Amino acid sequence: MVEAQGFRRFVAHFILWIGIAIVAFPVYLAFVASTQDAASIANGQMSLLPGSHLIENYTKTIFVGSSGSTREPVGVMLFNSLVMALAIAIGKIAISILSAYSIVYFRFPFRMAIFWMIFITLMLPVEVRIYPTYKIAADFGMLDSYAGLTLPLIASATATLLFRQFFMTVPDELLEASRLDGAGPLRFFWDTLLPLSRTNMAALFVILFIYGWNQYLWPLLITTRDDMQTVVIGIRKMITTTDALTEWPIVMCTAVLAMLPPVAVVILMQRLFVRGLVETEK
Amino acid sequence: MSNVSLRNVRKTYPGGFEAIKGIDFEIPDGQFCVLVGPSGCGKSTLLRMVAGLETVTSGEIDIGGRVVNEVEPADRDIAMVFQNYALYPHMTVYNNMAYGLRNRGMPKPEIDTRVREAAQILEITTMLDRKPRQLSGGQRQRVAMGRAIVRQPKVFLFDEPLSNLDAKLRVAMRVEIRKLQRRLKTTSIYVTHDQLEAMTLADILVVMNGGQVEQIGNPLEIYRKPATTFVASFIGAPPMNLIPLDGGEIAAQFAGDSRSVAAAGVLGVRPEDLLISTDATATGGIALDLTVEAIERVGPETFVYGSREGAHGVSVNPGELPPGEVIVRIPGQIAPAIGERIRAIAPRDKLHLFSADGRARIDI
Repeated sequence: MVEAQGFRRFVAHFILWIGIAIVAFPVYLAFVASTQDAASIANGQMSLLPGSHLIENYTKTIFVGSSGSTREPVGVMLFNSLVMALAIAIGKIAISILSAYSIVYFRFPFRMAIFWMIFITLMLPVEVRIYPTYKIAADFGMLDSYAGLTLPLIASATATLLFRQFFMTVPDELLEASRLDGAGPLRFFWDTLLPLSRTNMAALFVILFIYGWNQYLWPLLITTRDDMQTVVIGIRKMITTTDALTEWPIVMCTAVLAMLPPVAVVILMQRLFVRGLVETEK
Repeated sequence: MSNVSLRNVRKTYPGGFEAIKGIDFEIPDGQFCVLVGPSGCGKSTLLRMVAGLETVTSGEIDIGGRVVNEVEPADRDIAMVFQNYALYPHMTVYNNMAYGLRNRGMPKPEIDTRVREAAQILEITTMLDRKPRQLSGGQRQRVAMGRAIVRQPKVFLFDEPLSNLDAKLRVAMRVEIRKLQRRLKTTSIYVTHDQLEAMTLADILVVMNGGQVEQIGNPLEIYRKPATTFVASFIGAPPMNLIPLDGGEIAAQFAGDSRSVAAAGVLGVRPEDLLISTDATATGGIALDLTVEAIERVGPETFVYGSREGAHGVSVNPGELPPGEVIVRIPGQIAPAIGERIRAIAPRDKLHLFSADGRARIDI
């Protein structure tokens, strides 16, 4: 690696700091706003230093919620989001790893046709097929349920393709050695392929958890009851009150809280992810 | 009894490509059989068919008196060592060796005894808790062999197990594999493209080419009496000099026996059997007048590359000499100068005669 010296090094760091400031300042501002009382935000002269209402605001947000249109505590919304994000991430990984396994390791009629069908669904994200998907979910009585929130988003071509590519790099000799060692297809999958896929699963989990957590359009359609709302929808609903003042401290508290789980997932999984990368050998 | 018999074994791929064209041979119990041949000759395919990793199109594979064509690899009572070792990267050395036994439901204490015993034989006891990536190539090779040994199978299968090792380690492991096999007395089939490995390891050597067996036998017997020109040039390094008997120049020197010369098309003589001399040849021997083109000194011996007059060109098959070129192997480091004209002679009993198509040997 080339080590930049003196002035060049200063310029590089300066640019990086500007980048960090641009990204971090709004986040900081949200945090500051979440510690002020409603009046000091409303009069447009908010301090840039944290205020004194931190505990009060957060307690109210988590256990009571805003007094506006949604009277649901944000704790419930966070729980809903967590269930949704976890179910989507775990469900997607489970289904796609199994379908990739069958496509790569088994010879069955129309194998390639099925592979291409999965591939083509890449071109049909939820937004494109939203009406038929909604209709099906409604007909199955899945409105306002966790199943309705998660199931339609679980099937994933991207993850299937990713696992397929990874499985194809696993040397055939490992499968053959397993066969000679008396391991059937399920044992090979469980004892060899899954442990080898750990890093891929960790990386996918991070991406898919955030994908699930940030879902907006689908939960907006499928949930109408306040106690089934996700936190992303919750924030939006808090702001759109027409005949009441928006409670900005509560909104900001919710925003900060909504940011925390994805950040935590990234930080926690990154360690496993990196350690896994170092351990894996091909 | 764990002898292995192949009876008219064939393999045709779905595309119609015939990889194995009818192979018959038998390996008696406890013998070390080496399959040798150039890449693409079907030797690995044949081994994988014995292992059960490839299906058999027709014919029978018999292990210890049981036809195993339709038997799962795990139930054939065999163990295989792969070229890239195929160790489970996420398991410790101990678990790599124990995995197959656990899958068979063997009681834990017995697994432990077997793994520790194998580790002791292979001197990897101190590495049992490590993962494969922490081991060197040679150590991984030992683990791969350990995984085969703990099974105590009827047959060991080796698929070019040494080709990923460096030259020095390869020689050491070669000796060790041989010692180990003698000690365990397990019937073994070993695939290699290295003729030196083949010569040194084999009790029975099977030379293959183009999906067929060219010659089967004791390695030294094959070296002394190659059945075809392919075997003649494949076994032995540097390869045997093969000289087409078209000109009367050489034929004339076979004054003693006109019968064999009449049928023969190709004359073979090994580089080590040629002598540089000015003496006249004994009756029936040959003398080749050569111009020295290149010299290779390897220390204990020197290879002299000479060309015969009137024969120039490029070799058709890799590994074969260009027509007209003759290698002479002489002991020591004293060699003629490049460009010098020399005469190489060989006595009659060191000559090999083959039919014109190279498919048959003619005994003089």
